[in-house]
Amino acid sequence: MLKVRVIPTLLWKQFGLVKGLGFDSWRRVGPVLPTIKVYNQREVDELVLVDIVAHQSNDDPDFESIDEFGQDCFVPLTVGGGITRIEQVQRLLRAGADKVSVNTAAYARPELVSEIAGRHGSQCVVASIDVRAHEDGWACFSHAGQNATGRDVVAWAREMEDRGAGEILLTSIDRDGTMQGYDLALIEAVVSAVRIPVIASGGAGSYQHMIDAVKQAGASAVAAASIFHFTEQTPAEAKAAMACAGIPIRQPFRG
Amino acid sequence: MRVGVIDYGVGNLGSVLRALEELRVSPVLVNRATDMHATTDCLILPGVGNFADCARLLNDGGWITALRDEVLGYKRPLLGVCVGMHLLADSSTEGATEDQSTSGLGFIPGQVRHLRSFGCTLRVPHVGWNSITPICPDDRLFAGIPAGTDFYFVHSYAFAPQNPADVLATTDYGGPVTAAVWRGHVWGTQFHPERSSRAGFRLLKNFIEGPTC
Repeated sequence: MLKVRVIPTLLWKQFGLVKGLGFDSWRRVGPVLPTIKVYNQREVDELVLVDIVAHQSNDDPDFESIDEFGQDCFVPLTVGGGITRIEQVQRLLRAGADKVSVNTAAYARPELVSEIAGRHGSQCVVASIDVRAHEDGWACFSHAGQNATGRDVVAWAREMEDRGAGEILLTSIDRDGTMQGYDLALIEAVVSAVRIPVIASGGAGSYQHMIDAVKQAGASAVAAASIFHFTEQTPAEAKAAMACAGIPIRQPFRG
Repeated sequence: MRVGVIDYGVGNLGSVLRALEELRVSPVLVNRATDMHATTDCLILPGVGNFADCARLLNDGGWITALRDEVLGYKRPLLGVCVGMHLLADSSTEGATEDQSTSGLGFIPGQVRHLRSFGCTLRVPHVGWNSITPICPDDRLFAGIPAGTDFYFVHSYAFAPQNPADVLATTDYGGPVTAAVWRGHVWGTQFHPERSSRAGFRLLKNFIEGPTC
């Protein structure tokens, strides 16, 4: 049986990991490499690593740093931030990424998603979508939440699926860093609009929030950052709590 | 023992190389088909790619003939991972136009088709950790890996070998899905051992430490 994944999200800015509130007020939370090492030793299900300032320049992703970060990672690693061209993807895969997440560049040139899927397969490309709620829905924002794109989340998620994205990493900017719980209505709206897996992100503050995202809203996986950075709660305990709630989770290999 | 990792232009090579280094094996990254024979004892064909594109790259690089020589002629052990496993098949419908298919290496007879064509109604791609059931527990690849062990899968297409005896393990995703195949000294896994943490290390070790590797 397929297990529900608990995915720590690591946001990276220049030399270290950061975490914000509503995609703002970034706080430093520590160095990247030791954090990845610890998560790897604890056998988390997967990791997402995003360079949150890469979109500000036209430079390539920082391949050297990613190569260094990947050296102690033996669980799937999704890398995002600053991916604008297909050529960059193979370099990221060589550096230790298994999947790439595309966000800002997809609004300017949605064909990028089709190109990556055509070369590396749909399963290699994660469409990362950041949204803010408004009166009757959710609007998509690019550039780490800075720019309104004029796109509605449901229409955009469908377009990403049609263009070959293999998963959607769906983040509520309003809930980000608040630890008040995921936006369940948002997750449900996207889950019911597409037939690819949806990863819930933004707002996790307790294990119950993760259970709700899966059981009530239908998320295939839950991503979280603040809860692991700023509280005593851990991915292993989250999975234990989810198992108690009847959600299938992965048991570590004891062979 | 020299483990060659075939670099044909696609694949999560960084992850594969690091997993081997973790096992204290010094992998040889082979980027020219003509170098394969002299520099390696056994081979890993990695995968993260679209079948049609991968088959074209294998062909353009002269890998198809070279791999046939190594595997069929010299009986070199080979492990294909994910799309690398699919490439062991006769053909695949991935990336091909309607009703067409692209030829693979043909080491294990059978076809690769979309999960939906097997009747899967769940979300596709099949992404995440899923438990495997070895069908032939005596095979060396799954030595010490009990039924129910979780491995990391990420795929939209699956391999249906012509001969059911070539299926080494299955998983369940809206129906049975081939998780591993085997014929003689050729193995393939649908899941990614290089990303399956300790269970994956055990499987890679089993492959590398086999009598013929």
